[in-house]
Amino acid sequence: MGKIIDRRKNSKGKSTSNRHRFLRRVEDQIKKALPDLISQEKITDATGGGSVRVPIKKISEPSFRHDGRTGDKTTVRPGNDRFNEGDKIPKPPGGEGQGSGQGKGSNDPTVTEDGFTVIISRDEFLHYFFEDLELPNLLKKYMEQTEATKLKRAGYSKDGSPSKLAIKTSYQQSMARQIAIRGVLNKKKKEKEEALEKEKNEEKRQLLLEEIKQLELQLKNIPFFDHIDLRYKNHEPYPQPITSAVMFCIMDVSASMGEHEKDIAKRFFTLLYLFLTKQYKKIEIVFIRHHTVAKEVDEEEFFNSRESGGTIVAPSLKLMNEIIDERYSSSEWNIYCCQASDGDAWSERDAVECRNMIKETLLPKIQYMAYLEINNSEYSSYLWQNYKAINDEQGFSIRKIYQVSEIWPVFKGLFRKRTAEKV
Amino acid sequence: MSIKSKAALSRKVFSNPHWDFDSIQLADEITHYYGKEYLKLDVYPNQIEVVTSEQMLDAYSLVGLPTSYPHWKFGKDFVMNQNSYRKGQMGLSYEMVINSNPCISYNMENNSTCLMLLVIAHACQGHNAFFKGNYMFRDWTMADAILDYMVFARDYVLKCEEEFGYEEVEATLDACHALMNLGVDKYKKPEERSVKEENERLRKLVEFKRETYNELWKTIPSDTSSKLEENGKGVEMEENILYYIEKNAPRLPVWKRELIRIVRKVSQYFYPQSQTKVMNEGFATFTHYHLVNKLHEEGFLEEGFMLEFLHHHSSVVFQPPYSSKYFNGLNPYTLGFNIFMDLKRICEHPTAEDREWFPSMAGKDWLEQFHFAMENFRDDSFLLQYLSPKVMRDMKLFAIRDDEKEKHYEISAIHNERGYKKLREYLSSQYSRSNYVPDIQVEKGDIHESNVLKLIYNPINNYQLNDKEAEETLDYVRYLWGFPVHLYRKNKLGVNQLLKKSY
Repeated sequence: MGKIIDRRKNSKGKSTSNRHRFLRRVEDQIKKALPDLISQEKITDATGGGSVRVPIKKISEPSFRHDGRTGDKTTVRPGNDRFNEGDKIPKPPGGEGQGSGQGKGSNDPTVTEDGFTVIISRDEFLHYFFEDLELPNLLKKYMEQTEATKLKRAGYSKDGSPSKLAIKTSYQQSMARQIAIRGVLNKKKKEKEEALEKEKNEEKRQLLLEEIKQLELQLKNIPFFDHIDLRYKNHEPYPQPITSAVMFCIMDVSASMGEHEKDIAKRFFTLLYLFLTKQYKKIEIVFIRHHTVAKEVDEEEFFNSRESGGTIVAPSLKLMNEIIDERYSSSEWNIYCCQASDGDAWSERDAVECRNMIKETLLPKIQYMAYLEINNSEYSSYLWQNYKAINDEQGFSIRKIYQVSEIWPVFKGLFRKRTAEKV
Repeated sequence: MSIKSKAALSRKVFSNPHWDFDSIQLADEITHYYGKEYLKLDVYPNQIEVVTSEQMLDAYSLVGLPTSYPHWKFGKDFVMNQNSYRKGQMGLSYEMVINSNPCISYNMENNSTCLMLLVIAHACQGHNAFFKGNYMFRDWTMADAILDYMVFARDYVLKCEEEFGYEEVEATLDACHALMNLGVDKYKKPEERSVKEENERLRKLVEFKRETYNELWKTIPSDTSSKLEENGKGVEMEENILYYIEKNAPRLPVWKRELIRIVRKVSQYFYPQSQTKVMNEGFATFTHYHLVNKLHEEGFLEEGFMLEFLHHHSSVVFQPPYSSKYFNGLNPYTLGFNIFMDLKRICEHPTAEDREWFPSMAGKDWLEQFHFAMENFRDDSFLLQYLSPKVMRDMKLFAIRDDEKEKHYEISAIHNERGYKKLREYLSSQYSRSNYVPDIQVEKGDIHESNVLKLIYNPINNYQLNDKEAEETLDYVRYLWGFPVHLYRKNKLGVNQLLKKSY
């Protein structure tokens, strides 16, 4: 007789390692698809759950095969309803393609040309994301790490190790139990005693006396601690308390900022966001876009709308300052700011104003500010010149960037000091 | 407890649409009993496993083996299957069965009780008996060893990855997979003689020459034919390219030879399955059809169960006509089932036509004929032997010829008196392996003379090779062989023409 096995409880991940091998095989394609994916995603999505769909081209598995379009072959088919031997049927024009195949199905070479999508998990996505930026391993590990937890008291439980015994609570339990049991026994005893007084029959009196004696014994022997009284301190893990942070993203959206510049800025913001999420439990992001006026917007608008006209930078910093004063007091919030621009400023006066603003008003309030100039020209903008004067002052750094591949080195450069402290 | 006493219990259990492990147990028991008593099936012990759809997807991508060596190809198949399953483009089959001892079968958890019984009769009796009885499987697979061998293969590949790096291992396996179809033996190689046997043979030869010695032979002048013979020696062919490379590649490290061997063994293991699709499915369908009907006859199953069963059965053997949008070639279940059913009919109720076509079968014991057919054929020979005029008429078969040089398709035979024999031949050759695996063999040469590997393509039906793929595959051969590879095409005069080279 056969053996019957329920396999349903076994893990279903039998193909996991082969899937990894496959992903490794299409790694180049996945990496190529990442820029598109990143620009489609919201910054805050980058750390969220769920999966990412990556469209890729199938990789072929060649072998020696007949070319189905060639040759002189005869195929048998079912369901003849009109043909007689010798009938001729004109071939459809323009080559008949795969017409007379015999159900080659998935081996059909024409099928392998199509693309399909691979669904990768968020972790895998981050893995490729960081790899694309060539993150050094040590830091990568640090950033991909799951959050630390601490144990916190959470009531009492009925079991636990002796070292966690809660004596006071256990004693309370014990008292309650003793009172309850004593009450019941006393009540019984009282009933018997009353019955004894009324009872005349000597034999029955003797019996009642015996019972009363028994109850008295029970009353005396109520255990002081029973195992049901014991209570243990219960601890539950909870995420380590981390103070909140706010991240200001300031971007120039004037006409000179093209898609490429925005893509780089977005990647940079995303990286900063990821970086901060690993250190702070709660992060808020404030998006400020500016051309001639500054405005707080949501992410959608931040990246997608375009303005024409010139650029004045100072209003955005002023707006940031106002928002800080209004909503994020620097005693409770760690404040980070990243400003991205193509360096285009209306006038030198604007740039000077910015410099002073940062140096005097903002830097004392905030943790760190980075200025990112997305520009590949040799020429130094007003903004760059002015910022350069205060570069490397406590909590302020500036960098130039133009290629996607430079993002990580620049990012690392900007955060060098801090990461060196942390790692 | 006799099996009959379970009839009442069985009627109750199988009327419940939700199966449990007792009903599976009972299904196994009663199908096994009647499989043995009624159809005289000889099976491996069964190991019935209930799996979820995810696990079935896993099984799909490992082509049913419980373990396999790691390779991205299986991951790709998994991802693709998963995609099309999620999109609803692909359904999963109710079961999957492995040619092993014990015979492992995977049954989907969401099968109804009726499907469970059907699937157990189909796979655990039908396919199982076929694996054990058919000569292709007996000759070419080791049901006892395959599971252990795959564990060995997996561990070996993992060890190689660790030792030599995954890139090398992957490249080698890729190359082997490209040649997988050309890595099977189709004929048993003669066993190598031991030294003792060889000496014995030489001794007998000398003896024979001495005994038959005749002075007269000396008077015959020696001619040039001996020279021709010598030339002829050079063109010995080897059909198993992977085998040839494994044994003869001049500078291949031992571990790569072992990898080739692993792929070769797996390919050989699956070789019979591709050659017996029609027979195997036909046999299993015939088996479940007869077993379930028998169980109904004996009072094990209710009418309601039979209604559901017939619904499933008829969708299994549904054959859309060539003109239907659902048409996707001949359904091997239908074709095989029809032939086996007709075989039974010919034995039991032969007509004059049957007596003419199947004189040795008409009126004989059908069970005996049924077993004989199952044991001794593969698809092409089975069709040639057993495809009867009645089946051709019932299925309205016709043959259509497609010559790339012609502007028209031509109907070359239909289901009439003139066409039966031709149809049979066409269908047989359609299922012959040479129709879908090109005949490419190694011309054995003296590798000390030149390191070039000569491959000869001998086309059938004037097929050309798919050019792009042939080129890529040739590069893989080059990678394994380590030296230049030349691909020739044998033309109609038997002369080899150079097709491609890989340096």
